[in-house]
Amino acid sequence: MTYITDIFLIAISAALINNFVLYYFVGICPFIGVSRNVDIAFGMGFAVTFVMTIAGSISWAITTLVLVPGAPFTRFIAGFFLDPGQAVQIDLTTLSYIVYIFAIASSVQFVEMYIRKFFPSLYKSFGVFLPLITTNCAILFACLTIMSHVAGVENPADVWGLSKALALSFFGGVGFTIAIVIMAGIREELDFCDVPECLQGAAITLIVAGILAMAFMGFTGVDSGLRVALTGG
Amino acid sequence: MTAEPTAPERFIRGILPENPTYRQLLGLCPTLAVTNNMKSALTMAGAVLFVLFCANVMVSLIRNLLKPHLRIVAFTLVIAAFVTIVDRLLAAYMYTMSKNLGPYIPLIIVNCIIIGRCEICASKESVLKAASDAIGQSIGFGIGLSSIAFFREIIGTGMVFGTRVLPQIWPDWVIMILPPGAFFTFGLLLGSVNYMVNRKNTSIKNRDSMK
Repeated sequence: MTYITDIFLIAISAALINNFVLYYFVGICPFIGVSRNVDIAFGMGFAVTFVMTIAGSISWAITTLVLVPGAPFTRFIAGFFLDPGQAVQIDLTTLSYIVYIFAIASSVQFVEMYIRKFFPSLYKSFGVFLPLITTNCAILFACLTIMSHVAGVENPADVWGLSKALALSFFGGVGFTIAIVIMAGIREELDFCDVPECLQGAAITLIVAGILAMAFMGFTGVDSGLRVALTGG
Repeated sequence: MTAEPTAPERFIRGILPENPTYRQLLGLCPTLAVTNNMKSALTMAGAVLFVLFCANVMVSLIRNLLKPHLRIVAFTLVIAAFVTIVDRLLAAYMYTMSKNLGPYIPLIIVNCIIIGRCEICASKESVLKAASDAIGQSIGFGIGLSSIAFFREIIGTGMVFGTRVLPQIWPDWVIMILPPGAFFTFGLLLGSVNYMVNRKNTSIKNRDSMK
């Protein structure tokens, strides 16, 4: 029961309370650049969610199976060269950044090929955004957050399982979609407003994003309240 | 762009006319995330300076070996290696700062400024030009970060570098060091920079039409 509650709270927290865009400021580039039109913003959000879920679970698997000290795969390989006591001490987390960026780049490439082959209409609607996603900080941020809950955690009971990693990455993407679609809706209306010349474009978008971030600050504390309500204490 | 800019021109260009923060709007994630005090903003700028300098020099050295379709992957690999070095160095010598900056140091890997400079400048130019370009761009980035951090810290806490400069009576605007403050400050500063650039351009136009 507490496990399901934890997953639920991670999801709520990633999507609303600690929204990736408005709280952690990751994925700002597409948030400013691709938020002119609601349909395009929705396509971008959908593509990010898709890639983030895949990249998040891949990076969880790599971290758990290869990178952390005592990971099964590394222990198996090192077992041929070292004695077991040394083999469990191998810590490859220093390599994590390079590994993640490759995992993201290859999963983007793979997703692009898969969609082009099997869903041509979907490819037409968000295929152009896919290569851009490789350098989207939100994806790498999701991978790093997952890593921080898998590697270097003192209490073994706090180490995240795959379901928690999936919840974080999927709902992080949902949070990104919510933020970018709201922003696109506001910007469509903003076209009819009389904005001072120097504030046009990115500047007014940032100020609107600030107001939006203030609105999302209203969710602060919802998670602890929910935890009390769900677990009764 | 007319003639190919020389090394000093590249250096100057990065600082003001093509400032990465205000004119090119690149690398926005750290610009907004680590600017709630001057110290972390300057550490971030230093980290970017190191990574951009090393990556630009390295890419410039291997520019003749790069295959066009693999160049972005090569850039990313080079950048990721240097970011790992910076991250380990910070964790070793500035532990609290590295804890404060948290994931934003590894996020330098996907910072568009660095990939952009590797693509635009380092992959075509000699080492000297690439190095001066890197230093100019990172100083420009540092100016961008510290201007935002200055206003956020002084309005939000009344302090600069942790020393109180405003009188105690100043009510701290806590919103300025929270996420919304980052958007407001950057939006308004960007607006004022645009205003000044526009005014300069119109005055040049007026002067030209008088002649």
